[in-house]
Amino acid sequence: MTAPALRLLGVCKSFGRTEIVRDVDLSVPRGERHAIIGPNGAGKSTLFNLISARFPPSSGRIELNGDDITSLRAFEINRRGLSRSFQITNIFHNLTVFDNVRCAVLWSLGYRYSFWQRLSALADASDRADEVIQRIGLRRRRDTLASTLTYAEQRALEIGITLAGGAEVVLLDEPTAGMSRSETEEAVALIRRVTEGKTLVMVEHDMGVVFGLADRISVLVYGRIIATGTPDEIRANAAVQEAYLGTSRAHA
Amino acid sequence: MEFALISLLNGVTYGLLLFMLSSGLTLIFSMMGILNFAHASFYMLGAYFAYQISTRIGFWPALLIAPVLVGIVGALIERYGIRKAHRYGHVAELLFTFGLAFLAIEVVQLVWGKAAVDYRVPASLSGTWFTLFSSSFPVYKGFMMAVSVGMLLTLYALLTFTRIGLIVQAALSRPDMVQALGHDVPRIFTLVFGGGSALAAIAGVIGGNAFVTEPGMADALGPIVFVVVVVGGLGSLTGAFIASLLIGILQTFMVGTDYSLVDFARSVGIQIHSAPALARLSLTQLAAIMPYVLMVAILIFRPRGLMGARET
Amino acid sequence: MKAPPLLTASRLLSWGAYLALILVAPLFSRSGYWLSLLSQIAIMTVFALSFNLLLGQTGLLSFGHAVYYGLGAMITMHALIAVNHHVLPIPVTLLPLIGGLGGLFFGVLLGYVTTRRAGTTFAMISLGIGEMVAASSLMFPAFSGGEGGLSGNRVTGTGWLGITYGPQIQVYYLIALWGFACVVAMYALAQTPLGRIANAVRDNPERAEFIGYNPQVVRFLMVVLAGFFAGVAGGLTALNYEIVTSESLHAYTSGLVIMMAFVGGVGYFFGPILGALLITVLQMAVSSLTAAWLFYFGLLFLVVVLYAPGGVASVVVEHRRLWRAGVLGRLAPAYLLAAVPVLLVGAALVAVVEMVYRLMKEDAASAHLRVFGFTLDATRGLFWIAVAAAIAVGILLLRKVARTVSDERHRAYATLRQERT
Repeated sequence: MTAPALRLLGVCKSFGRTEIVRDVDLSVPRGERHAIIGPNGAGKSTLFNLISARFPPSSGRIELNGDDITSLRAFEINRRGLSRSFQITNIFHNLTVFDNVRCAVLWSLGYRYSFWQRLSALADASDRADEVIQRIGLRRRRDTLASTLTYAEQRALEIGITLAGGAEVVLLDEPTAGMSRSETEEAVALIRRVTEGKTLVMVEHDMGVVFGLADRISVLVYGRIIATGTPDEIRANAAVQEAYLGTSRAHA
Repeated sequence: MEFALISLLNGVTYGLLLFMLSSGLTLIFSMMGILNFAHASFYMLGAYFAYQISTRIGFWPALLIAPVLVGIVGALIERYGIRKAHRYGHVAELLFTFGLAFLAIEVVQLVWGKAAVDYRVPASLSGTWFTLFSSSFPVYKGFMMAVSVGMLLTLYALLTFTRIGLIVQAALSRPDMVQALGHDVPRIFTLVFGGGSALAAIAGVIGGNAFVTEPGMADALGPIVFVVVVVGGLGSLTGAFIASLLIGILQTFMVGTDYSLVDFARSVGIQIHSAPALARLSLTQLAAIMPYVLMVAILIFRPRGLMGARET
Repeated sequence: MKAPPLLTASRLLSWGAYLALILVAPLFSRSGYWLSLLSQIAIMTVFALSFNLLLGQTGLLSFGHAVYYGLGAMITMHALIAVNHHVLPIPVTLLPLIGGLGGLFFGVLLGYVTTRRAGTTFAMISLGIGEMVAASSLMFPAFSGGEGGLSGNRVTGTGWLGITYGPQIQVYYLIALWGFACVVAMYALAQTPLGRIANAVRDNPERAEFIGYNPQVVRFLMVVLAGFFAGVAGGLTALNYEIVTSESLHAYTSGLVIMMAFVGGVGYFFGPILGALLITVLQMAVSSLTAAWLFYFGLLFLVVVLYAPGGVASVVVEHRRLWRAGVLGRLAPAYLLAAVPVLLVGAALVAVVEMVYRLMKEDAASAHLRVFGFTLDATRGLFWIAVAAAIAVGILLLRKVARTVSDERHRAYATLRQERT
């Protein structure tokens, strides 16, 4: 049996005396689309930050494709094939859309810290960047400065940067935050398209997105996972209902 | 033995002065996120204003008036300068204070000239306080220590126990929330900046006559204050305190020790005839760069400083 | 997709024009003053551009950049002295490269320490390192030449094709061609993967980590490269003046290059080129007019920081855009109107500063000014009242006029936006 794409074992995180993430166990098999939901303040973003090494866990173990990545730094984890997007748009605002995406492909193509090669002569980097830009639907905005894009365009670019490097495990942090209904639909279609065959872990608040996209769902409440299962199982789960609605709908 | 004790006392006095400067800098940085390059310039202005006032009226009025004047200057600079530069980002802010520091020296030179001015210890505080073996410890140094400690205790009490102090502490981490609660956060920032400047000025008033009052004094002390802040850990008052005393005492000891590697070798019986320049350097000469070497060491072995928070 | 060609027509034209300008510049005047001014500008251009590799490109504000410049200069001087003593058989023409290698070496050494932190901490560390190196230089007089500095003779060895570097014109061309090569190299650097990733690290170091790059390594490499080019500038200065003192390492020199890059504009590649030109010319011109020139410089710097933080370059680019859109004409009268109070306040300020300076020197005899046939005597109270009034009136007018200028600009930009859609 191949190792799961992502596995968390007993992961805890405390800030001072405040426990944010308590003893989280999670296993995401390769190719699965997994959503993490939960009330505000449950610790979902913190969990993402722990996985992508924005800060280290207080205890526990994180494995990527079977390898221990708990103590690795963010760029090391990224080089091993895990990429993430951010809840608050995190792009290179003084670069064009094209340059944003091109930068994201450079390491995966092996160009490293080269200062002896002309960037515009690197055909594979340019081609890959254009391909990604096409897929995220920003071809018309290819040469515009990232800071002048609309919010939805910036979110699309955010996803583009996340995927450009060809990572196999993708973490998306509230990708449809702040979007209108139609924008959300487009975003979901985009995500479904571009994560074909990859492992996707997603934090989302929009239940429509979650139930439409996810193969399995984990529910995080007060830093603990109270349930994991298919969308139907989660929908029927009493503990989940109580956490979200405050009452248990014992009567159907 | 005597040398050690006297150096210790002198070192502590100097360290306390450094702490007065670095505490103001740390406070301003913690509260407002601004690193005030011109902080040592307020120290210099305090000394010069005190000199001017003490020659006309007297030292004791100077001790009161000079810091207030400098505090007002600081508040005005914050209100009309830094607040504007803040809109353009950290680099613009930093460069503004840098330009200010530069300009301050030019203004001082313009008004008081390039040579040191004769800012003297007042007669009532001159003389020897006590004699340790054959070295005398002046009354004024004791006065300096008293003022430093008193000032810092007052600051601590102000921040911890008064309402304005609590508001300031809250504005440190949640300025938006504090503003939403109805407090005038920009005005608080002006207050903090003015207060920090006044604090630096007090250090100038009491230090300017003990050491020297000249246009180069800001440049001499400024970088060392930055070293203190880096070594102690950016944003940590305790760290700044430890680092100030450490550097103050260490530097004082080194300045008074005319001992080099060659001397050390000789003392264990090894005679070196053509020693490289590094070995011939005495601790006195090395004292000037010791703070920077310490900073480099901290950066290599413990980049967040002695008590700094880890950079997330 | 095929890569875009390297040598497009417009590129050849602009670089060709720049090169041509550099080559013919000495012909505009025969005075030695002109040649030395040009040489200094060329050296400072390389120095300022090397600084901007750090600030404009990578977001690193260094207060100690003079270290690489000064150490490069000293190493080059030592090499020159070695050539003088026939110990080193290298042609003088190649000596700036040695300066560059020296700068590179120290970039590696000091860069490792300084790039462990970023942002504001990096700025402070660079200041501390700068102070440390400056203080150390006096402790090693054999290396730094102590108080008197190091001197060497650039007219040495057998001249090649008659080039002995005796006449200043030959030195100018040496500096100019080295300088041009460095400018081209630094421009090319910005178009490499490292150059673009450095921009990414500048904009968002955290995001750069999440695309697989270690920001610390990127910063370190940029410091090393910036050190190289600063070292070349140092080498050129050593050959130009044939003397190097520890002044070249000092905070003052670091401050000067910050000023050049920032006043020129750090957001554009050509910004520091403009800045080096402006500041060097100002420095040479104003310092001969008044002793308070450093004060004016500081004031200029503060004004640029507060009112034009993008520097001269951004002002030029912005107004070129407005001109192209045809709306500049509408702004012109507003600007002219604004010029009046600005000049008033400026003149009053200059009068104050000059008079204060002369009074403080106890040179009361010279403490008067002849303006339009009137004699302003600074020892009279009337002078100070007049000046204070001028400044007050000027500031009031300025406030009013600033509103008008800002309104006109808004209108101009609105037109610009409309025309785009």
